[in-house]
Amino acid sequence: MAIEKEKLIDMYRVMLRIRVFEDRVYKEFAAGHIGGFVHLYTGEEAVATGACANLRIDDYITSTHRGHGHLIAKGGKTDRMMAELYGKKTGYNKGKGGSMHIADLDVGILGASGIVAAAIPIAGGAALSAKMRGTDQVTVCFFGDGACNTSRFHEGVNLASIWKLPIVYVIENNMYAETTPISYAANIPNIADRAAAYGIPGVTVDGNDVLAVYEAAGEAVTRARKGEGPTLVECKTCRHHGHYEGDTDTYRTKEELDECKKRDPIPRFRKKLVEMGVLTEKEADKIEQEINEEIEEAVKFAEESPLPAPEETLEDVYA
Amino acid sequence: MREITFKEAITEAVDEEMARDPTVFLMGEDIGKWWGAALGEYQGLFDKYGPERIRETPISETAILGGAMGAAITGMRPIAFLFFCDFLGVCGDELITHLTKMRYMFGGKIKMPVTITAYSGAGLSSADSHSKNLLGWLMAIPGLKIVTPSTAYDCKGLLKTSIRDDNPVVFLYHKVLITTGPTSQIPDEEYTIPLGKADIKREGSDVTVVAIALMVQRALAAADKLQKKGISLEIIDPRSLVPLDKQAIINSVKKTGKLVIMDEEPKIGSAAGEISAVVAEEAFDFLDAPIKRVCAPDTPIPFSPVLEKFWMPDEENLIQAVTEIM
Repeated sequence: MAIEKEKLIDMYRVMLRIRVFEDRVYKEFAAGHIGGFVHLYTGEEAVATGACANLRIDDYITSTHRGHGHLIAKGGKTDRMMAELYGKKTGYNKGKGGSMHIADLDVGILGASGIVAAAIPIAGGAALSAKMRGTDQVTVCFFGDGACNTSRFHEGVNLASIWKLPIVYVIENNMYAETTPISYAANIPNIADRAAAYGIPGVTVDGNDVLAVYEAAGEAVTRARKGEGPTLVECKTCRHHGHYEGDTDTYRTKEELDECKKRDPIPRFRKKLVEMGVLTEKEADKIEQEINEEIEEAVKFAEESPLPAPEETLEDVYA
Repeated sequence: MREITFKEAITEAVDEEMARDPTVFLMGEDIGKWWGAALGEYQGLFDKYGPERIRETPISETAILGGAMGAAITGMRPIAFLFFCDFLGVCGDELITHLTKMRYMFGGKIKMPVTITAYSGAGLSSADSHSKNLLGWLMAIPGLKIVTPSTAYDCKGLLKTSIRDDNPVVFLYHKVLITTGPTSQIPDEEYTIPLGKADIKREGSDVTVVAIALMVQRALAAADKLQKKGISLEIIDPRSLVPLDKQAIINSVKKTGKLVIMDEEPKIGSAAGEISAVVAEEAFDFLDAPIKRVCAPDTPIPFSPVLEKFWMPDEENLIQAVTEIM
């Protein structure tokens, strides 16, 4: 598959933006500048990046508790995201949602949910809406391996399959639902095989290879846009951090984590781009520097933004 | 003027709103060409609007309510028929954490125009799984509006307003009212009724009775009996519990000095408890007697007709409560 040079560079830029954002969140959380629960996307960048690289600005995504990567990949602004994590008034949700609930409808981010699998039926509704309104918008619904064992996975995917909704289910199989390995929680090696139960296509790819994700998701997006219905795209990946910040990660061996980090999608893609002649090392370094500066600015924006007035608690309940 | 049944009120309201606004559609179980819902209130709509807008679903409550949410935040105005309101428990997370919270959690940047319709109430010997009212439980969910009418006239006007509302509304219609409730006279021209506006179903001077849904009909029957004994009841139907027309209730209490609340659900955590607390907080000085709650016992709802009859508040329970404070 021939991919334009600009597209490849843009994908590298997005992956790096997610990584640098998450590394900084890690630091600021540890320093006590960010409260609540934080679930980092570090290590899984290729999934959101590869999937969203197929989407238009008016396409929709739904996200999860581990959602920062999805939002950045769909065009979310890192400064307003960081401000939300800091609980500031300038944050995406005016400080009312925090890390697990960021939404930006202007770029098709229908919102993250802190409840595992909750977005699966909601994404179906967005896809139904696009179909009923006669647009060719596609919805990409991100969720993890844990969500695949909930009733909502069944209800949502079944309904989308009978109505041939324009939706792509991207399963981020990072091998653990909190502490529980998928090898324990499911009796099949590839979750995408469940697609057969709904009479829809299912494909399993290396979720740490951004081009593999891009290609598989691209085929699924094309099918959805043509009105041919939903697809399961399972991306096998792994997270560099625990389930949330503060998790001691005792359920994984050191060897397993080392192996995971060896499969890091970002150096891997950079190496590939240099080999392909798309980027020089120097150009790649420059991109890294630009992203570092952007995230530095995002943190500055968050730090300098005002807190909401306490009375704002009372606003936004009803329209 | 013309006469309509409670069931016709539902059909007409949905029909008129679907004709008026192409973004309105209905989704749920057994609403299509075969049943038009189990009690037939959507009959005829499938033939008129077809399968695109009368969306028959599998038995998938989470996909119905979740789907309604996703459609609502992207430009549609769905009505999600949840069948029996007891089934709200099946999609409890959708209800308590998403439908009613997404607008707030997203800092007010979305609207959630979803109307949930469902059967409520006991009286058809359906046992606990198909008989609850859940009003107090629903009132404890910030972000939700709750409507439960007692007449066909109110049902039509309130359902039309609920569908047009930009917030999630649970619209409960009592099974006894749909099947054997009284008919209403309605005007030939279109009408709507605002949410949060109580209706005085009977004016009186001795005791204020706030009655909800089917209980309004029972309170009216009790009022006839008490009138013969020289006791005059003022019967207030709040019609919507959120928003609640506190002022109408307080105004009546100022006039009568006595309050009885008649509510078909277990007393603990009931809507009656909340209404009682509002009056105790805001109109205590006008009360001449303790507030009384005529509710169901704090038990599940039994099946056997004799047990179910005992469980449901009736005219005699209300008459006894009124007599105790006279």
